[in-house]
Amino acid sequence: MTDNSKLIHEAADERLKHASTLTRLLRRPELGAILGLVIVTSFFLAIANPVMFELSGIMNFMAPAAQLGILAIGASLLMVGGEFDLSVGSMVAFAGLIFAACVVTFNMPLPVAILVAFACAAAIGFLNGQLVIHTGLPSFIVTLAFLFVLRGLSLVGLKWATGGATQLRGVREAATDTPLDAFFYKLFAGDAFEGLFAWLAAHDWIAKFPNGLPKVTGVPVEIVWFVGLAIVGAILLARTRYGNWIFAAGGDPNAARNSGVPTRRVKTSLFVLTACCAALVAVLTVLDAGSTDARRGFQKEFEAIIAAVIGGCLLTGGYGSVVGAAVGAVIFGMVLIGLTYTTIDQDWYLVFLGGMLLMAVFFNNIIRKRVTGER
Amino acid sequence: MATPILEMRDIEKHFGSVVALAGVSIEIHAGEVHCLLGDNGAGKSTFIKTMAGVHRLTKGQMFLNGQPVHFTSPRQALDAGIATVYQDLAMIPLMSVTRNFFMGREPVKGIWPLRFMDMGFCDRVTREEMQRIGIDVRDPGQAVGTLSGGERQCVAISRAVYFGAKVLILDEPTSALGVRQTSMVLKYIDMVRKRGLGVVFITHNVRHAMAVGDRFTVLNRGRTLGTAARGEISADELQNLMAGGKELADLSAELGGTV
Ligand SMILES: Nc1ncnc2c1ncn2[C@@H]1O[C@H](COP(=O)(O)OP(=O)(O)O)[C@@H](O)[C@H]1O
Ligand SMILES: [Mg+2]
Repeated sequence: MTDNSKLIHEAADERLKHASTLTRLLRRPELGAILGLVIVTSFFLAIANPVMFELSGIMNFMAPAAQLGILAIGASLLMVGGEFDLSVGSMVAFAGLIFAACVVTFNMPLPVAILVAFACAAAIGFLNGQLVIHTGLPSFIVTLAFLFVLRGLSLVGLKWATGGATQLRGVREAATDTPLDAFFYKLFAGDAFEGLFAWLAAHDWIAKFPNGLPKVTGVPVEIVWFVGLAIVGAILLARTRYGNWIFAAGGDPNAARNSGVPTRRVKTSLFVLTACCAALVAVLTVLDAGSTDARRGFQKEFEAIIAAVIGGCLLTGGYGSVVGAAVGAVIFGMVLIGLTYTTIDQDWYLVFLGGMLLMAVFFNNIIRKRVTGER
Repeated sequence: MATPILEMRDIEKHFGSVVALAGVSIEIHAGEVHCLLGDNGAGKSTFIKTMAGVHRLTKGQMFLNGQPVHFTSPRQALDAGIATVYQDLAMIPLMSVTRNFFMGREPVKGIWPLRFMDMGFCDRVTREEMQRIGIDVRDPGQAVGTLSGGERQCVAISRAVYFGAKVLILDEPTSALGVRQTSMVLKYIDMVRKRGLGVVFITHNVRHAMAVGDRFTVLNRGRTLGTAARGEISADELQNLMAGGKELADLSAELGGTV
């Protein structure tokens, strides 16, 4: 090829790329979630007490958003992989009980208790995955069974660990009694970046009390976990080989297997991952509250799935986004807490939940048709 | 004659009490298109799935370059150079052309845990390979669902060729296509043959088979009547064989095979 024709060729290529940038944007699965975030933010900017969007207000709604978001990240990966896990809410209670019992009843060092909680969750996730794969039953049914089994086990186990009470207390005291424990405690409880916030306050970048201490002492640690996991999850799904296998396993497990993708391993690992996300939420919330009870994580499985759907995950699998699910969780937190900054009754939250789900599914259908060129 | 790349000898496949294949033998040679004809339900798909490692043989033997082989997974067959484009297309409509093209064989770069799919390379290769067969995929990021049936077949075929297949199995690649798209696929099959691959082309359309075939084997209710080379058999005769008509006995003598 001569230099000239090469140039022309490249120029033509360049033009095509520009033309498709917009269509590429419209194809993103998280488009709906981002649109939703803009709408919800504008709504609260217009009617809520402006305190909501001050630093303290943002931390207020981001903390519950982060707890839900960690679950939603796991749920979205699993949904893209073509399966559901309805047991994550109960798993939060169950892993929370295991964790609290290890710390309080068995007096284990904090890192060991955390490991045990994760190991138990991973084992049950593995069991979920194996049952789904080997029975060929829909994951919906298998994990629905575990929704009840785990909730029941949490109730029974709690009574056993406490001698009949409904709450297991004293986790915070038992989890900070040695220097080793105190070190790990900082990773899973309290605020992060306290030094930075003190420095910001000292330089008048953020609001402070008259005595010079910042009004917001740091970022609640669950938000840091949430943001970190969202980034890792998004890269995992979009940029790694394993991510491509997740899309393939969810899009068409047979086609994926015939092309050499180890679909069973992929699906099992996703169940394990989802369960571990639940265990992380359990550890974070139990340490935050200093106690655990059997209602922990109640109905969180549905909220996580709804956040994933708002984030663009198709119920049929093979399509979706971790970033979208994370944004979905932020929308949730914003509405749940945001309503307290308005004169609106907070129970409208549930109405919003259902409405948002319907709209998201409707919107996702349109996107899917656009992506696949269906008419 | 040279050793066939792939030889299937007396293959039987039972699904419980259903006998899908009752002793089928064929040889695949390099640089040849071997047409496998038969009516719906004759067992064509089942047969090639045994070649591709999807089904395990109930009975029979397989030889790859003269060596006996035994596949227990599609992955093993793929690694041995036997690539299959399934009737129900091993393509995922919601995934991009690039992601489909490299599915199961994603090139990665970097060191774990920072090992990522090389998307730039993938997109470039996909576009180049498509261009080579005359399909202009402007945006390899677009979903496979937006491609036409013929284009999807071509993506699937070029994927197999790109990954170094020696035997390419195509299960009814033209059955759902219009005239123009069929000729596109047939032309591509011819290109693949010229590159020295052995092609197994399944169809129930005799005209499509006659257009590109070097050898013809007819399956009927899980049995075969033997193989005819190009020029030894006419389209009408093939058609009759597929129907299992009354000329069956005469023809089997002509083919020199056993009934
Ligand atoms: N997985 C299976 N289980 C039971 N029977 C099967 C299975 N796959 C194929 N068959 C049977 O084997 C026969 C051949 O089917 P197939 O190979 O799909 O035919 P073709 O591709 O020639 O149309 C059919 O009678 C079909 O019902
Ligand atoms: Mg078939």
